[in-house]
Amino acid sequence: MESLTLTDVEQKYYSDLFVYCDTDNTKKVASNGKVLDLFRAAQLPSEVVLQITELCGATRLGHFGRSQFYIALKLIAVAQSGLPLRVESLNSVKDLPLPRFVVAKNEQEARHTAMYPDLENQGPYQGVIPRPPGRGQVKKVSAHEVIQPCVPTVEPQPDTTSPVVSPHQSPPTSPHAWRKHKRQASGGNVERPPVVVAGAVWTPFREVQSGPVVVGDGMWSAHSPPPVQESWVSLKDTYPPSSSKMPPMHLSPVQVENSSIRTVASITTANEIQRQSSSGYDDPWKITDEQRQYYINQFKTIQPDLNGFIPGSAAKEFFTKSKLPILELSHIWELSDFDKDGALTLDEFCAAFHLVVARKNGYDLPEKLPESLMPKLIDLDDSAEVPDQAPDVGYSGSPVEVTPNKSPMPSLNQTWPDLNQGNEQWETFSERSSSSQTLTQFDSNIAPADPDTAIVHPVPIRMTPSKIHMQEMELKRTGSDHTHPTSPLMAKPPELSEETKLATSMKILMFFTKGDGYSSSDSYTSDQDPITSVVTRQRSNSGTSPEGLKVAAAPPPPPPRPNASHSRSSSLDMNRNFAAHPTGPQQSGVVACPPAIPPRPLPTQTSGPHSGHRSDEGLAAHSTTSPQQIPEQPNFADFSQFQAFAASDQPSDDGEKHPESLPVRAGPLRTVKIDNQEERAAATVNSAKGSIMAPPPKPVRRRLKSEDELQDEALPPKSNVIATVLATLPSIPRSVGKDKKAIQASIRRNKETNTVLARLNSELQQQLKDLLEERISLEVQLEQLRPFSHL
Amino acid sequence: MHQVRLQIKGSDEARYSYSIDVQISAVLQYWSKPKNYPLFIRSVPVQNELKFHYTVHTSLDVVEEKISAVGKAMADQRELYLGLLYPTEDYKVYGYVTNSKVKFVIVVDSSNTSLRDNEIRSMFRKLHNSFTDVMCNPFYNPGDTIQSKAFDSIVSAMMVQAS
Repeated sequence: MESLTLTDVEQKYYSDLFVYCDTDNTKKVASNGKVLDLFRAAQLPSEVVLQITELCGATRLGHFGRSQFYIALKLIAVAQSGLPLRVESLNSVKDLPLPRFVVAKNEQEARHTAMYPDLENQGPYQGVIPRPPGRGQVKKVSAHEVIQPCVPTVEPQPDTTSPVVSPHQSPPTSPHAWRKHKRQASGGNVERPPVVVAGAVWTPFREVQSGPVVVGDGMWSAHSPPPVQESWVSLKDTYPPSSSKMPPMHLSPVQVENSSIRTVASITTANEIQRQSSSGYDDPWKITDEQRQYYINQFKTIQPDLNGFIPGSAAKEFFTKSKLPILELSHIWELSDFDKDGALTLDEFCAAFHLVVARKNGYDLPEKLPESLMPKLIDLDDSAEVPDQAPDVGYSGSPVEVTPNKSPMPSLNQTWPDLNQGNEQWETFSERSSSSQTLTQFDSNIAPADPDTAIVHPVPIRMTPSKIHMQEMELKRTGSDHTHPTSPLMAKPPELSEETKLATSMKILMFFTKGDGYSSSDSYTSDQDPITSVVTRQRSNSGTSPEGLKVAAAPPPPPPRPNASHSRSSSLDMNRNFAAHPTGPQQSGVVACPPAIPPRPLPTQTSGPHSGHRSDEGLAAHSTTSPQQIPEQPNFADFSQFQAFAASDQPSDDGEKHPESLPVRAGPLRTVKIDNQEERAAATVNSAKGSIMAPPPKPVRRRLKSEDELQDEALPPKSNVIATVLATLPSIPRSVGKDKKAIQASIRRNKETNTVLARLNSELQQQLKDLLEERISLEVQLEQLRPFSHL
Repeated sequence: MHQVRLQIKGSDEARYSYSIDVQISAVLQYWSKPKNYPLFIRSVPVQNELKFHYTVHTSLDVVEEKISAVGKAMADQRELYLGLLYPTEDYKVYGYVTNSKVKFVIVVDSSNTSLRDNEIRSMFRKLHNSFTDVMCNPFYNPGDTIQSKAFDSIVSAMMVQAS
């Protein structure tokens, strides 16, 4: 048996059904009898039922375990929607409606009539509501009471005593299961998943109640013929006129038949419902007139100016009186303070109040603000709106419950009964949903609609720095009159991509709606100041963040650059030896002073020929090895001198290195690589000569090594010097006969090199001393400043 | 995504790190009162969460050092975004402090090289905005742990986006 993935809705529904069938209370096995009854109630042909039982594995097992039961239910749903029965279809079919079961008609009728008296009483209420989210309308659904037993167990409602109808609630709450239906349930509905199970059952009933049925039996009979397996989608399509507002329409033909029976008994109420349902009844969050009036009165007690704000603290006190937990109040605030300014306008206040009321009556808070509760435009005519029966309807049957909750707000209690009796007005609902739509569409009619509204000054809505806010600031600057706001505003919504456009447009709307009569200019200025400061702060934050740190760094003089001249020093030796050396460029400047040692004639001559012919290679090699290598080399003239020298030399490395070193010598080069090469050259030279000139190379080597070390600090001139020194080396082994001379020459050279290096050393020491003094002075300054930093 | 709320005094820290295909993000928000306790912590995924908490706490020291390093004259100009506090072998820690001394810390896995500095900045900015919204709520007492759903959703979205 393949694994089954169920949606939450399905999960709940199936578990309820399982419980229902689990008459022996085994929790594991559904009694076969019940299961088979249920399957029969699914109104599928018996062979299909047999096939289902086979597919789910019950035949194999001999009983219906939970998984088999679930699979069977899913297959029933599959079959009912007309899809072929296959095991794969279990998980592959998306958006499958819940399986529907029909009880015997007799039972239905009986229950129906029992229910209807209540319905009739509540007639006017019904059509209105998509029952307030989560309200105990469960009871109302009679038709499928067979399955109903399961529902109460699921029904989390604190009080299910409300006789009010509208199973409507459930359908709205199960938008996921009934995705096909277009009507979008309002936000308030979404939060009632537990009721979804009921929803599956309720919807057919609901449809009976409202919409199509209403039109009359004729309609129903028209639908009876449709095949049993007709998809509910198509059914729904036939109902658009009457179910303009109806959320899920899952009317199966089966229910049509049933409802046709029921309509006989409830035609009058259905008619009423029909009328009412045509209005935006599916929005449980709409505020009735009385409610709104009440809210407005309450608002006035806090803030006499209806166009003013209620500051957060006052609102907090007010709503704390409702004795809701702070967390919920906090959430309500989040939802209702649309513009996030820490204060409530009249609309925001009404929304918040409404949510409080709803919460107190047991409805869960929505995740986001329902449309109908969003701050409305001025010209919205709320008076004719479908009253949000959510709190009212629920309370009509349970005024007692309402009372204790509202004890801190005694006036509310009076309001509810009033509302309950105000049935007549509910029949006059007009379609208001469109009005709420205008909120999001940022209707340009809004502003012109109220020409008297002079947009005196833009209202700083948002205290927090944000893109929207910045734009608002821009708006402020640009829009000083009526016309402007609309155009920039109209242009804005399209621009706003990140923050919710709705939020933005709402915010901007707030601008203009408050323009007129917004007398508290004080608040404006105060608002503006922090905002501008915030804005500037924001800007400064972002703008200066990269610079801030740098500024901090500016006062102290930048640390001396490390050996710019040896930036390419890849030699560890160089790095090591330069550890203590701060001023590179300065050094070079300083060291550059020491006169460049003129190329020695002897070595140049000796190595001339060799290097001459090697120069090319050397150059090439050199260029590869030391990027900085210069093509300034072309002091081939010098090379010629070295050619003879180089010729006496050894093998390629040396020769190549020499020409390299020669050019180095010729032109001041700053590559460490040269030094490296020289070192290498020296090493190779030494090794090359090793056999012959063992002793001399040693001292030479040593000298070279010391020179190497010096070279690390060396600048071009030094390298030149060393180059010359090295250049002379090859000459040594060449002619034993010239040993003495060569040695002497090399000694001389070394001495000169020594002097040069010594001079360099002294200069560097001098620089070091200077730097140390500088450092000390800086430290002193720092010390002096330190006390101030702690202030 | 697991959401942890500690009653410790401290700051919030956000941490992102990858482990194979999963990215860990811990967002902690610290209060700046003397005790420095976290107002909000979120990490994704949840493994080694304690390690992140520890990291965040230790990073507080660095944050403190940074904000105190600037002299009095610099108090106003002190940048809110503190940048990379310190890198360790596994992760990088970024800090941000508001003018009210509430600290945000984000920990990101070092292997997540795609997160650039300005992205981190924008994350901090979003955090700051959301935090401001939370603050605007009169029912929120400064110092409480943040239980605002809007804040949660923003943080989660941010962490998911960064992963």
